[in-house]
Amino acid sequence: MPAISRTDVAHLARLARISMTDAELDAMAGQLDVILGAVSRVGEVAANDIPPTSHAVPLTNVLRPDDPVPSLGAAAALAAAPAAEDGRFRVPRILDEE
Amino acid sequence: MTTVTTSRYDDVLERYDAVLGLETHVELGTVTKLFCGCSTAFGAEPNSQVCPTCLGLPGSLPVTNGTAIDYSIKIGLALHCDIADWCRFARKNYFYPDMPKDYQTSQYDEPLCTDGYLDVTVDGETFRVEIERVHLEEDTGKSLHVGGATGRIHGATHSLVDYNRAGIPLVEIVTRPVRGTGHKAAEVARAYVTELRDILRDLGVSDVRMEQGSLRCDVNLSLMPKGATELGTRTETKNVNSLRSVEQAVRHEVERQAALLDAGERIVQETRHFHEDTGTTSPGRSKEEAQDYRYFPEPDLVPLAPPAEQVEAIRASLPEPPSVRRARFAGANGFTAVDIDQMTNAGVIDLVASTIDGGASPTKAKGWWLGYLVGRANELGEEVTELAIGPAEVVRISALEDDGSLTNKLARQVADAVLAGEGGVDEVIDAHGWKVAGEDELIAAIDAVIADNADTADKVRGGNLGAVGPLVGAVMKATGGAADAKRARELILEKLGQS
Ligand SMILES: [Zn+2]
Repeated sequence: MPAISRTDVAHLARLARISMTDAELDAMAGQLDVILGAVSRVGEVAANDIPPTSHAVPLTNVLRPDDPVPSLGAAAALAAAPAAEDGRFRVPRILDEE
Repeated sequence: MTTVTTSRYDDVLERYDAVLGLETHVELGTVTKLFCGCSTAFGAEPNSQVCPTCLGLPGSLPVTNGTAIDYSIKIGLALHCDIADWCRFARKNYFYPDMPKDYQTSQYDEPLCTDGYLDVTVDGETFRVEIERVHLEEDTGKSLHVGGATGRIHGATHSLVDYNRAGIPLVEIVTRPVRGTGHKAAEVARAYVTELRDILRDLGVSDVRMEQGSLRCDVNLSLMPKGATELGTRTETKNVNSLRSVEQAVRHEVERQAALLDAGERIVQETRHFHEDTGTTSPGRSKEEAQDYRYFPEPDLVPLAPPAEQVEAIRASLPEPPSVRRARFAGANGFTAVDIDQMTNAGVIDLVASTIDGGASPTKAKGWWLGYLVGRANELGEEVTELAIGPAEVVRISALEDDGSLTNKLARQVADAVLAGEGGVDEVIDAHGWKVAGEDELIAAIDAVIADNADTADKVRGGNLGAVGPLVGAVMKATGGAADAKRARELILEKLGQS
């Protein structure tokens, strides 16, 4: 059984608001399954005395200067949103906390 | 033993020990966000300062702002913390639309700074507040709840989100439980946030504007009966956004929790909301079951390993602590340590300093701010720094008092008129025609008072100088406070043959 199904990929694509064709879904599901399979092999060799790593590249302190870069602009930012109102992202009612 | 009427708060703290915890969030004053180059400027059009990274769009990758790291190290060093030689960011997973990525990039078990302290002084007594950790994270967006009453989440039909704030660097400063504050729990909490704000401002790492939310405070509080060893159940009051409110929130929770405990009820571990208008708290989300944020190290960022030379260079560049600066200020102006505590904790020390710089005497400057305007600010429910009267006005009023143009009473009337927004000092004096009574007017008033109080006048004539007080009082009353009391006394004594 594959680690990731075509339905999973379709669901993820929807969450990420990326439209994918049926052919793309088929291809991506297969490729992601191969990648996940390869990654899971790491778990087989990692013994308890090997500290977990969070990054594959042996680098530290990758930093940028505090210089501003132009932003997207509200219109472009909101264009990708499923719904917008008054220059803001419109989202469904948030679960009542009170 | 004399019976003293104590407030409910004082009564509770006779019987219970309060245990405080403070979590302070500070928005750093960097030009750009923590992981992208978007501007952090306050007050821009909604969603005009966003990009694929801070919107969490697929394929975007964060790159850490080096200045935000420097600022965080600065804060850690100023709070006497150890700076980690290696640490990582972590993902804090939660589902709420204020974070478009569905996780907040924060720090978890590897904070940048740990184990520091901050000493605060209340009425000459010093309390050491231990700092558990200082870590760096990104701020969230701002939600607007539509359809319910006054923007509240309750009853809203939907919400609107502005992500301009999402990704602004936020430093969280967490204290260890603070104990042993006795009756001064609320004052210590306020003094801690005040001192922290002053340090952050001196470091130049944040504009620390509580009213704009760049400094926000969560107040944890629990009570334990005197002599108990086990900590009580605590509540966490969120978003306490002014110095006054910090003090009020502690007072309110002390009284509320004690009422429950006294009635044999238990405290619910929960988040509570603070209400600025009433100074009270109301329940929010119950924390009975701790939320699982499924923290894990952030795979999109490489670890941080601040080199020792960088940390030492930052340490060498730290400005002198506010406590040292205040001690020098005290020496230069003849203030005592208690004067300085009172001015600091009332939030007027900078105002007093500016007033002295403007030419007022230290005694006058302190007297006006601490002795009058702080009280007026409390009555008006405003921060003393936000009053319509500032150092320039106080300097002018003091000068008019000094040259005899205003009596003490008139001076306060002038201050009140300026506070009421009637205009500048000279403007309100002209408008009301306030001036000290002239010599002729004064003599006329004295003659009338002596005639009306023949018995008292005779006593003075007979050498009973203590009897002159009521006569001066009557003259002040007759002139509506516009007389110079000292001059009135001289003239009365002269008239009654006692000069
Ligand atoms: Zn951005």
